[in-house]
Amino acid sequence: MGASNHHTLSALVENRPGVLSRVAGLFTRRGFNIDSLAVGPTERADRSVITIRVDCTRHSVEQVVKQLYKLVDVIDVYEVPAEAAIERELLLIKVQADAERRSEVMKLAELFDARVADVGQTTLLLECVEHPDRLASFEELLAPYGIVEAIRTGRVAMLRASAPEGESKSRLRVMG
Amino acid sequence: MSTQTESAIAKARARTGRMNGAEAIIRSLEAEGVEICWGIPGGAILPLYDAFMACEHTVQHVLVRHEQGAGHMAQGYARATGRVGVCIATSGPGATNLVTPIADAFLDSTPMVAITGQVPTHLIGTDAFQEADITGIVMPIVKHSFLVQTVEDIPRAMKAAFHIASSGRPGPVLVDIPKDLQLTEFDFAWPDEVDLPGYDTDWISGVDQDAVDAAADLIARSRKPVLYVGGGVINAEATDELILLAEALQVPVTTTLLAKGAFPDSHPLSVQMPGMHGSKYANWTMHRSDLLITIGARFDDRVTGKLDAFAPGAKIIHFDIDPAEISKNRSADVSLIGHLNETLPALRDAVLAHKNDERIRHQIDWLNEVQGWRRENPFRYRRGGDTLKPEYVMEAFDKALRGKDAIWVTGVGQHQMWAAQYLTIDGPRRWITSGGLGTMGFGVPAAIGAQQACPDAYVVNIDGDGCFQMTMQELATARCYDVPAIHAVINNGWLGMVRQWQELFHGERYSETDLFGTIPDFVQLAEAYGCLALRAETEAEADAVIAEAIAARRPTVIDFRVDREEKVYPMVPAGSASHEMLDETWENEWVEEGV
Repeated sequence: MGASNHHTLSALVENRPGVLSRVAGLFTRRGFNIDSLAVGPTERADRSVITIRVDCTRHSVEQVVKQLYKLVDVIDVYEVPAEAAIERELLLIKVQADAERRSEVMKLAELFDARVADVGQTTLLLECVEHPDRLASFEELLAPYGIVEAIRTGRVAMLRASAPEGESKSRLRVMG
Repeated sequence: MSTQTESAIAKARARTGRMNGAEAIIRSLEAEGVEICWGIPGGAILPLYDAFMACEHTVQHVLVRHEQGAGHMAQGYARATGRVGVCIATSGPGATNLVTPIADAFLDSTPMVAITGQVPTHLIGTDAFQEADITGIVMPIVKHSFLVQTVEDIPRAMKAAFHIASSGRPGPVLVDIPKDLQLTEFDFAWPDEVDLPGYDTDWISGVDQDAVDAAADLIARSRKPVLYVGGGVINAEATDELILLAEALQVPVTTTLLAKGAFPDSHPLSVQMPGMHGSKYANWTMHRSDLLITIGARFDDRVTGKLDAFAPGAKIIHFDIDPAEISKNRSADVSLIGHLNETLPALRDAVLAHKNDERIRHQIDWLNEVQGWRRENPFRYRRGGDTLKPEYVMEAFDKALRGKDAIWVTGVGQHQMWAAQYLTIDGPRRWITSGGLGTMGFGVPAAIGAQQACPDAYVVNIDGDGCFQMTMQELATARCYDVPAIHAVINNGWLGMVRQWQELFHGERYSETDLFGTIPDFVQLAEAYGCLALRAETEAEADAVIAEAIAARRPTVIDFRVDREEKVYPMVPAGSASHEMLDETWENEWVEEGV
């Protein structure tokens, strides 16, 4: 997977109309590859956080960060190092599971701390909040049963509560 | 037209009172010291134009004939003065006509504020008459944009727009203001400061001494250094500091198309323009160099040619104001973000502290080598006999205005390159050209804006016949406001630069580039616009019309009927290494060995 080329960036932005377009447009225009992007409110009403998983095979992560900083609505950009962070993603997945196989699928769900969100005649809708890598394994194990549809939210990341202050959350203010 | 005095600006900033949003826009312009702006009225911007007439104010509005003209005039003004250029348009088509100048200002880092009317807030998103999502359209080509949401936000957005456009690396900012907000009354007060938590330029100030010392150390160990100078020097007003640095270093200086005038062309250390149509000696100097001291330049493809083959043996020092330019195209060994008028003196001090006789000895050899290339490979052309060569027109203009305060403006194409090669520009803001975007049609309006900024200067727009036809309607603006810029049309009846590529790289298939026979009579056309109209077909006629035009001090068009076949040389074919240049064959040609 070449994991070393993938970086998780957390951009603190002003909660204003058009901010997401500006960030997304920047990635398109500069040819940066996004693996995933999640946006949501923060503890402050006037701030949002955009979490971007970026593939830096063609560009340096420094160049991505510098370009993000040029957007007036972007206040701060942090790289969130995987080893010091909790990374989570929500998966909603609808799996073929008739009466015969239902308990089998539910047992698997239990192993992954997934919840049954809805039950149909022939399908189960599961929800799971986990590390994205674990979600991938979960999906893989469910595949043989027949996946009807699956959606993921994109990852969000936060430094561990136990992470030493100031050491791991590296504010990427690139001075040239 | 006079510059707003400090006291007038202070008075405007102290103003408070009840007014509508339209008047607030004008009060904001006054508070920013804006003396002139360009635009065309229309439905969604009507309240602003009403306020221009209804209230007393100090802002001159210039009515243009096409919004693109307003944008380029604002650019011409901004490039000639360093101040923010302001253009105004209505919603929809008015706003979209500003897109090209906005993109041009973005690529050439020109400070500009574009004010557009927008349909009333309750109609936004309904595909209303003349509605266009202009903030969405310009998103990739502005430094920032505002869609104003409440009337109280108008002064805040205006102040922020001017601050963003003019600080850091300058650029265009668009402020889109719905019509109903222009009509809404509120209590106006000019904000004391801008609230932009994501836009911090304070950190750019100051000098990182470690980086300066590292740069000085690289210079001390270098044998073949060259100053590679870009337009950032002009934006930073750092010409004097650059000259002092260059003279302390005694190294050759190349100036990019945008940097022409940042270092005097006639200075003995100047090797002029590098790149696709640059001098051979500039390109060879860069190619052979072991250290590029890059100052406010960005390793553009028109300079570097094939990037992998550009200056292969050189280490890179990169001084700039924009961190995103460092190591974007070429990785830097030492970089320093800062204001060039602070960082260049710091570098000079550090270099002077490194007394190094050996370095100086090597550099004398290097300078001699560069001067040798220069002596043997000047810009040159063959005089035309019966035909008028475009290069001759450049030399004649250059001679005629030498020693006068001249501002040279160009369109884009062959004439632009001949102008860059043959005109001597010795000071900043006296050469105004569309570099990054390469906008044909830039010349006529940009020259008008530059002339309105500097009424006493001799402004000459070196234009092409293709370019001229893209924005020539602004001759009406020139006539209405008596703007005496000279528009010198280098008329070869071709879209000449495209034709040159077709001749050299597309098997002489001149697809859709021949304009001959379809061009209007430019003399009759200029007369119809009320301009002085002149024509030259020989060198003697060229000399005569140039003298007449310079003496006339009124809007003037000259139709120079030049040699149709002339090409711009030297030339680095697109994608080639920058030292591999095409040229005509010259007797006793000096061939560079082993490059």
